[in-house]
Amino acid sequence: MLNPFRGFRAVFYKETLHVRRDFATLFFSLIIHIRQINTVVYNADGRRESRELLDRLKNSDTFHIYRYVNNDHDLNDAIIAGKCRVGVKIPVDYSDKLLHGMSAQVLVLIDGSDSSVAGQAINVTTAIGLDESLRRVLASSGVNFAVEMRPKILFNPDSRSPNFFLPGLTAVLLLNVTTFLTAFSIVREKERGTLEQLFVTPVRPMGLLLGKLLPYLGIGFFELSMILCAMRFLFRVPIHGSVLLLAFLSLPYLFVSLSLGILISSKAVSQAHAMQLAFLTILPSIFFSGYIFPRETMPKFFYVISYFVPATYFINITRGIILRGAGWVHLWSDALALFLMGSFLLVIAARRFHDKVITA
Amino acid sequence: MTAPEITAITAQNLVRRFGNFTAVNDVSFTVQKGEIFGFLGPNGSGKTTVIKMLTGLLPLSGGHATVQGIDVHQDPETVRENIGYMSQNFSLYSDLTVEENLTFYGRIYGLTPERLRRRIDEIVQLNGLGPYYKRLAAQLSGGWKQRLALGCAMLHEPKLIFLDEPTAGIDPVARRQLWDLLFDLSAHGITFFVTTHYMDEAERCSHVAYIYFGKVIADGTPDDLRELPEVNPPGTYRVEISAPHVTWALRIARTIPGLRSATIFGQSIHALIDDRLDLDHLRQQLLDHGIVVAEIRPLAPSLEDVFVELTYRHQAKQAQQAAELEAPSA
Repeated sequence: MLNPFRGFRAVFYKETLHVRRDFATLFFSLIIHIRQINTVVYNADGRRESRELLDRLKNSDTFHIYRYVNNDHDLNDAIIAGKCRVGVKIPVDYSDKLLHGMSAQVLVLIDGSDSSVAGQAINVTTAIGLDESLRRVLASSGVNFAVEMRPKILFNPDSRSPNFFLPGLTAVLLLNVTTFLTAFSIVREKERGTLEQLFVTPVRPMGLLLGKLLPYLGIGFFELSMILCAMRFLFRVPIHGSVLLLAFLSLPYLFVSLSLGILISSKAVSQAHAMQLAFLTILPSIFFSGYIFPRETMPKFFYVISYFVPATYFINITRGIILRGAGWVHLWSDALALFLMGSFLLVIAARRFHDKVITA
Repeated sequence: MTAPEITAITAQNLVRRFGNFTAVNDVSFTVQKGEIFGFLGPNGSGKTTVIKMLTGLLPLSGGHATVQGIDVHQDPETVRENIGYMSQNFSLYSDLTVEENLTFYGRIYGLTPERLRRRIDEIVQLNGLGPYYKRLAAQLSGGWKQRLALGCAMLHEPKLIFLDEPTAGIDPVARRQLWDLLFDLSAHGITFFVTTHYMDEAERCSHVAYIYFGKVIADGTPDDLRELPEVNPPGTYRVEISAPHVTWALRIARTIPGLRSATIFGQSIHALIDDRLDLDHLRQQLLDHGIVVAEIRPLAPSLEDVFVELTYRHQAKQAQQAAELEAPSA
């Protein structure tokens, strides 16, 4: 009689309805929510290719070009003065490199003082860079990346291979979407008062959480396969290892991000609050996971921190499988670490959920 | 396991503490089957806490409670199977249709598909939701949302339904209709536990309890409460004074010796006066200030009078106790 998962199927049914009804809003409100970030541009090139790139930045609706400048000093100054959050420098040889089929670089300076803006700016510039590259790759059917967006925190140059970047992006995007969606789906019910209603029904907490998590696990998997397909077939990044293993090993990672979502939802009082907390978890995944800075070059302190960031392990898994053809023998410890993290987080989340939400 | 003659709710000496703060302090009451039980009290007086305790959401710090004969502490799950609950914000999913909301709650309670089908038909008929069946809950007006929420709360045919401020923010017509529906259902043996701020709704209940800062200070039928000696002190009676310029009249009236308390009700003044105060004298005193009294007539106390009077007395008693506690040390 006492089924701990009581109500799971009912919640699952309802949650799929939410997702189906609100598919577009759900995604775009999450992924593109910060608009019109003030941006300063130093276009040293000035030719057609560079102007096209700037148009694309403008059309993304994320960036508002606030000012054009003519030297590095003014570019830095605009950001330091707080007039602009983002600076874009297109080097003088941008068009030349593109026309000769070489990889051109664009410098994107991002003010890290507002974490949510920084995260958004990184995501969008990266996406535009990939998109722009894709168009050129397809047009010339060359194999090289034509444009490489290089997001980075001010004044710390670092160079990587473009292939290294996409597997990492998988980890960040996956975390981004699943954590957000889980946190939001619960906080929304808190705001509406429907959660309170559910607690006076025979639904058991595990049934409720599982019914909510599974649809988003499904979305996470869907997203993972979309990213992998795009990476493999559009960007021609060869996958050296087993895709099935990758899918399997993404389970503990999704487990971590969903648990994180529940933890956030037990603390957050509103959707805006949940958004802030989620960014708190996403930024370390970007900066301390080895996604942008190689972990080996980090100061000792951040290197130690990186061990506590789930994305560190998953980036190791994706890069291992995709780039190095690593197998289960090499990666089981990463998977185990993720699984332990997920279990730990879920226990804390479930306890907090019980104390702060149900009996509050 | 359900004995034939059990009460809907028994609460015995309920206590709930949050740290040092006692939110519910020794609360006892009994709700008989088929009653419409009005649970009243100011905000923050512990109404919601009591509901949470009775529905098994909050563990009891002390006392004992049964709901439909089931011990709340021992078997909260079974309690929740056997009750319906509607909160003040109606708790619907606005992006789901009427049909989907009903289906979801039906499944939560584990109704079989056939029974769910039948119950949805019955409820749609009872509540008149038919024309809105395929509409999103977000598109319904307040009154219709409330009917849908009530429908969701009674899909599984509970014999006891908790309504937490069911009429907050809906129009008078919908309010009247809801109460007609409640009387109808109550005649079929369903018990209601209703919290409300509206005194006219309290008057409609068959049984009322008033909770003030964690303590029940009145419990009985509305008529019983109106006849409480505390509310009708010996040697006094209540009158309704109809006069123009009521605010001005109130200020004058309050200066007249023998008038114990007075308050404005619409275009008239309700006052508690001593037997020794002559009505002609009262009329004359008001006339001296240029106020022509149209009518003075005797009045039974309203429930609001009852609760206000009991609250004052309770406050006075507490202040006295506090003073006595301090006195020896001083």
